[in-house]
Amino acid sequence: MLGALLLGGLIALPLTGESGLMRMVVELIALLVLAQMWNLLAGYAGLVSIGQQAFLGLGGYALIVLADDLGVNAFLAVPLAGIVAAVFALLTAAIVFRFRGGYFAVGTWAVAEVYRLLVANTPALGRGTGRTLKAVFPLARETRELVTYGLALAIGVVAMAAVYFYLRSRQGVGLMAVRDSEPASESLGVDVYFTKLRVYLIAAFGTGVTGALIYLNLLRISPDAAFSINWTAYTIFIVVIGGLGTVEGPIVGTLVFFVLRELLADYGAWYMILLGVLAVVAMMRYPQGLWGLIGERWDVHVFPVRRRVRLSGPDEAANR
Amino acid sequence: MAWLDAVVQGILLGGLYALFATGLSLIFGVMRLVNLAHGDFSILAAFLAVVAVRVLALNPLLALMVVVPVMAAGGYGLQRLVLNRLLGRGILPAVLVTFGFSVIIQNGLLQIFSADSQRLNPGGIETASLALGGGLAVGWFSLLTFALAVVLLGALQLLIGRTAVGRAFRATSDDGDTAELMGIDNHRLYGFAMALSLAIVAIAGIVLGIRTTFTFASGPDRLLFAFEAVIIGGLGSLWGTLVGGVILGVAQTVGAKLSPGWGILTGHLVFLAVLLLRPAGLFAKSRRVDSWRPARRGSSAPRVRAVSAPCSGRCCWAG
Repeated sequence: MLGALLLGGLIALPLTGESGLMRMVVELIALLVLAQMWNLLAGYAGLVSIGQQAFLGLGGYALIVLADDLGVNAFLAVPLAGIVAAVFALLTAAIVFRFRGGYFAVGTWAVAEVYRLLVANTPALGRGTGRTLKAVFPLARETRELVTYGLALAIGVVAMAAVYFYLRSRQGVGLMAVRDSEPASESLGVDVYFTKLRVYLIAAFGTGVTGALIYLNLLRISPDAAFSINWTAYTIFIVVIGGLGTVEGPIVGTLVFFVLRELLADYGAWYMILLGVLAVVAMMRYPQGLWGLIGERWDVHVFPVRRRVRLSGPDEAANR
Repeated sequence: MAWLDAVVQGILLGGLYALFATGLSLIFGVMRLVNLAHGDFSILAAFLAVVAVRVLALNPLLALMVVVPVMAAGGYGLQRLVLNRLLGRGILPAVLVTFGFSVIIQNGLLQIFSADSQRLNPGGIETASLALGGGLAVGWFSLLTFALAVVLLGALQLLIGRTAVGRAFRATSDDGDTAELMGIDNHRLYGFAMALSLAIVAIAGIVLGIRTTFTFASGPDRLLFAFEAVIIGGLGSLWGTLVGGVILGVAQTVGAKLSPGWGILTGHLVFLAVLLLRPAGLFAKSRRVDSWRPARRGSSAPRVRAVSAPCSGRCCWAG
C-alpha cells in the first residue's frame, strides 16, 4: 500500500517540472540499487567486496563506448552496460575468488585499481581526463531528463523485485545456506562455487547498469571519479547503518545517507566522518542496523525473505 | 644503465614495501584479521610526525621516538577496546570496522590538514647519494631504509622464534582456544600484536614521508602494495615478504621507466601474474606464523603441516 503510494508519487513527480529534484531522485535510486547489490554480496553471500566501483566504472564507460562509438541508442545502452560489467566480473572472479575473507576484500580493491589505471592509460577512453557522453546532445534537455528519470524508476523497481524474488527462491535459500556454513551447504547438495559466482555476476550486472545510469545523469565521466572507492564506501555505510542482510535495510540506509548529506552539506568531509562513526558503532553494537532495531521492536517485515519454521501438531499435518 | 638504475631503485624501494607488508602479515598470522586501515595508519603516523616536527621542532628521524610509541599505544587500545569485541563473529564485522576506520582517518586528516601534500625534511640525508661507479648512484636514505627493513625483519624473526611472546603468538596462531586453555590471555596478546603492527607501520609511514610527498589519501595505495608484497612472497613467509616487496618495487620502477603512467599499474599486473601462475606465492611454506621460526638443529621434521597448494579447492585464506 505505502509502496504503491510512494511509487505513484514518484511517477507523478515529473509533472512538477522540478529538474533538480528529478536528478536527486535518480541519484537516490542509483545509491539504493548499489546498496542492494552490495548487500546481496556481503549480507547474503558473505562476499565482502571493497571493489564494486570496478563494475560501476566499467558500466559508465561501457555506456559511453556503446552510445558514442558504436552508435547504440544511449538509453538502450544502459542495460547492455550491465552485461559488459558482468562479462568483466567473470574475468575478475577468476582472480579474486582465490582469496577468502579479509583478503578477498583487499583483492577486489586491488583489481578495481587495475581497471582504473588501465582506463586512465587508454587514449581511446580519454585517459585521465575522461570523456563526455555526446550521443544525447541532439535531444532536448527536458526529454533526456524525463527518459532518464523513467529509466531510473524502472531500474529501481526491477532491482528491488529481482532481489526480493531471488532471495525467496530456492537459489536464495542456497545462498543464505552458503553464507552460514559452506561445508554444511556443500554436503546438502548446494554447489558453493557456482552459487557464489552467480551472485557475484548478478551484483556486477546491477552495479554496471547503475554506473551507466549515473553517467547518463551526469554526462561527464573520468576514471578517478567513476572508479572511486567512495562509491563503495557510501554503499557500505548505507547497508551497515540500514541493516546488513535485510532487503529493507538498504532503503532505510539510503534515506539516512541522503538526510545526513543534505544536513551536513556545509561542513566538508564531516558527513563522511559521521557516517564512518555510525557504521562502526552499528557494526559493534547493532549489527542488524536500523531496520533490525525497527523489525525487532514491532515485528514488521515489508519484504519477508526469511523462512520461518511453523511447528504444526500431528493431526494438522495428517489433515494436509 | 638507466634500466639497471631502475632495477636498483626498485630493489631498495622493496625494503620500504616490506616494512608496510610485515605489519599486515603479522596480525593476519596471529589473529586472521585483515586491517583495511593499515595504509591509513601509516599516513596518520606521517602526519603525526609533521605535527611533532612543527610543535616540538624535532628532526623527523627523532620524531620517530615520539610517534612510534604513540601509534603502538593506539594500536593496543584499538585492539582491546574495539577489535577484540568483534572476535568470534566471523570476518565480516572486523573487515567493515577497519574499513570504517580507513574512511574516518582519511576524512579526518583532510579536515584537519587540508588536501595539501606534505613532506618530512630530515635536513639533507634524503638527497645525499653514494656513487657506485659507471654513472650509477643510490641514495643514502634508500640504502638506510633497506637496511632498516632487513634489521626489523630479523628482529621480528628472533622475537617470534626465540621469546616467550613469540611462542605465544605461534601457539595462538595455531589454535587460539587451546592456547587460552594453556594460560595465554589471547585478548592481551592480540593487543600486543596490533601494537607491534602499528609501530612497524608508523616507521614505514615516516620513512615514506621523508622519501616522497603524501596527502590524506595516500593510505589505500600503501595497503594495496603491502597486500601485494605479502601475496607475492607467500603468506606466512617473513623473508618472502621482503622478496615480494622487492619484486613489486622493481616492477614499479621498471614500469615507470617504460612509460610514466605505467609504474603502479605494472606493479599490479606483476602481482596478478604471480597470483595466476603461483597462487600460493613464491615462498609459501605454510599459512601459519610458525614457519617464521628459525630452523633448529636436531629437528629436521617440519613443525607444522605444510600447505603446499593452498588454492586447490578450499582455499587456505579461510579464517
